[in-house]
Amino acid sequence: MSVESREARQPWILLSPALSAVALLLFVPLGFILVYSFWLRTATGADQAGFYLDNWAEALSDPFYRDILLNTLKIAAITTLVCALMGYPAAYFIARSRGNKAILLLLLMLPFWISYIIRTMSWINILGVSGAVNWVLTSLGIVAEPIQMLYNETTVILGLVHFLLPFMVLNVFVSLDGIDTTLEDAANSLGATRWQAFLQVTLPLSLPGLAAGGLLCFVLGAGTYITPLVLGGPTDAMFANLVFEAIITQLNWPLGSALSLMLLAVLGALVLLYNRYLGMAQLMKGLG
Amino acid sequence: MTRKMDDTTRYERLRERYLNGDLDRRGFLGLLGAAGLAYGVQTPFAKYARAAAEQVRFDGWGGVVSEAFREYAFDPYTAATGVNVVDGTFGGADEYISRVKASQPGEFNIAHLSGVFDYVRYHNLELSSELNEDNIPNLANVIPALVDVLRKPTGGTLSAVPYDYGTTGLAYNRKHISDDEMKEKGAMLLIDEALKGKIGGWGEWKTRIWYAALQTGQDPNGIEDMDAVWDAIRTHRDIALKYWGSGAELMSLLAEEEIYVTEAWSGRVKALQDQGHDIGYYDPPGGLGWQECLFVLRGSPMPECEELLNFMLSPETSIAVAEGQNYPPALDPNKVELTEKVKALPAFDPTGTLAGLNFFDPPYWNGNEAEWSKTFGRVQKGY
Repeated sequence: MSVESREARQPWILLSPALSAVALLLFVPLGFILVYSFWLRTATGADQAGFYLDNWAEALSDPFYRDILLNTLKIAAITTLVCALMGYPAAYFIARSRGNKAILLLLLMLPFWISYIIRTMSWINILGVSGAVNWVLTSLGIVAEPIQMLYNETTVILGLVHFLLPFMVLNVFVSLDGIDTTLEDAANSLGATRWQAFLQVTLPLSLPGLAAGGLLCFVLGAGTYITPLVLGGPTDAMFANLVFEAIITQLNWPLGSALSLMLLAVLGALVLLYNRYLGMAQLMKGLG
Repeated sequence: MTRKMDDTTRYERLRERYLNGDLDRRGFLGLLGAAGLAYGVQTPFAKYARAAAEQVRFDGWGGVVSEAFREYAFDPYTAATGVNVVDGTFGGADEYISRVKASQPGEFNIAHLSGVFDYVRYHNLELSSELNEDNIPNLANVIPALVDVLRKPTGGTLSAVPYDYGTTGLAYNRKHISDDEMKEKGAMLLIDEALKGKIGGWGEWKTRIWYAALQTGQDPNGIEDMDAVWDAIRTHRDIALKYWGSGAELMSLLAEEEIYVTEAWSGRVKALQDQGHDIGYYDPPGGLGWQECLFVLRGSPMPECEELLNFMLSPETSIAVAEGQNYPPALDPNKVELTEKVKALPAFDPTGTLAGLNFFDPPYWNGNEAEWSKTFGRVQKGY
């Protein structure tokens, strides 16, 4: 074997454990899901193997699924926007702080040490009828009766923001931290105000981080089902809840497979668009 | 002398052939690799078979029910037999059946399933087993009506033993709803506009349809106007604050006064009352009764499972579990002397006939499952 061919093979040999894991844990299950989506559920709940397009026809033509999908994308978009508005100043503050950056980053990561479900349920103790906010309001005599604040679309978005905000802050922070601060000084020395320097220098340079954080928040937000389950009202369902119901409640794995692939296709298309125009490098930096 | 044929002997013979030159190096290493691969592939599944005689897996509803089983049934059973009980929980029968469907036979053994509906469902999915009733002498103490209804779908044999029963009645906050008002309005309180935002409900299609049938004056086991039922469910949905999904969530919503009225499981309400909450419980006319059974899944170690079932059905264990979980045991009060605490539990029937309770009719509800569960999923979300 020549040296060249051995060198050409080395990266693949080194990558083979990771590639095997991805193939076995991602592509093979996806293949199963794809096959399942062409099967049918019988009346007894058993699966009927074969090649049927019924599930796909239903998933793609039924306005019920389309409407819930659009609502899911709307909730994810609002969540992403709120995360961006709240996360950018926080990331800017951390990036520009001196000395205590590590502590601030540690504080940012702290919520990840607590279960996502517990964090979501904590809002019941904060916003519930017997929760902290209502206790303060009634104790101060601001309201006579507790206000009903939970179990609506707003609390679903609130729960999602709570869950996703650290992802946004981290991505923007990585982007801001890589910007040479002397650029702002240079802009100031050329007559720009601090606000102008931020708008015309810092913000444009940090946009890749903002976009990467936005993509993560959107994709993770659109795929969630726990938050609407815990904090949503009777009609506040997202698309992942439909997948859950098809597979768990109705035991209709074939339809659930088609629906999950549909969501995957929509979110995958967004990732591809992002990659086409911004590239995945920034996302990797944020995740790293 | 004949040597025992084990893995070491096999390896030594193979190595001898290699050293004698009967096998080339590539063949020797290839056979060793194949043996390693075969071992790696079979190991995850073999552990279930090997563990069969040492442990039984039980899955139940968690919470106070699970605690009662652990304290009064599993630990004493393990102490008496040496067989360990691995205790798992599930949030609902739907979630559990998906897990079982995705598993290998023998991975799950005994489940605390609700109602005859699930019994039929599991049987239809070919997940049922056949119990040897001779190994479960305590089955003779069980209310016959509860046993008979399980025999029908499985052709006279049993895949489960009845264990307890209860009702899904109406729970209400007595600070805001009086006993008289509850008796007067019954199931209609769940669609009372005056309580908008303070009504809850179990987000489960069968219960929603059952109560909607009552609200529209129909027999839940023979609904004639399904459109009216869906409309009643929509009405409830529009004025309800929240569909709850677990017993813990039900108790939290009632205890925190997020809701004033909901359907509720009798045992969970009793637990709330015992905690000091002023929550009333009422079984309206036509209210829903159910039984729970201990279902043995196909591929389970049957003798160990039957032994555990017999142990759990012994009067002392059944009564202790019943007092712990607040649901009356399936024991026939005409054959077994029950405690005063059990007799005071909600839904307890002193006659042992259960003639006053209404149950899901399995052929009717299992037959409509596919269509109704799907439609409910849509109605629930605003359609």
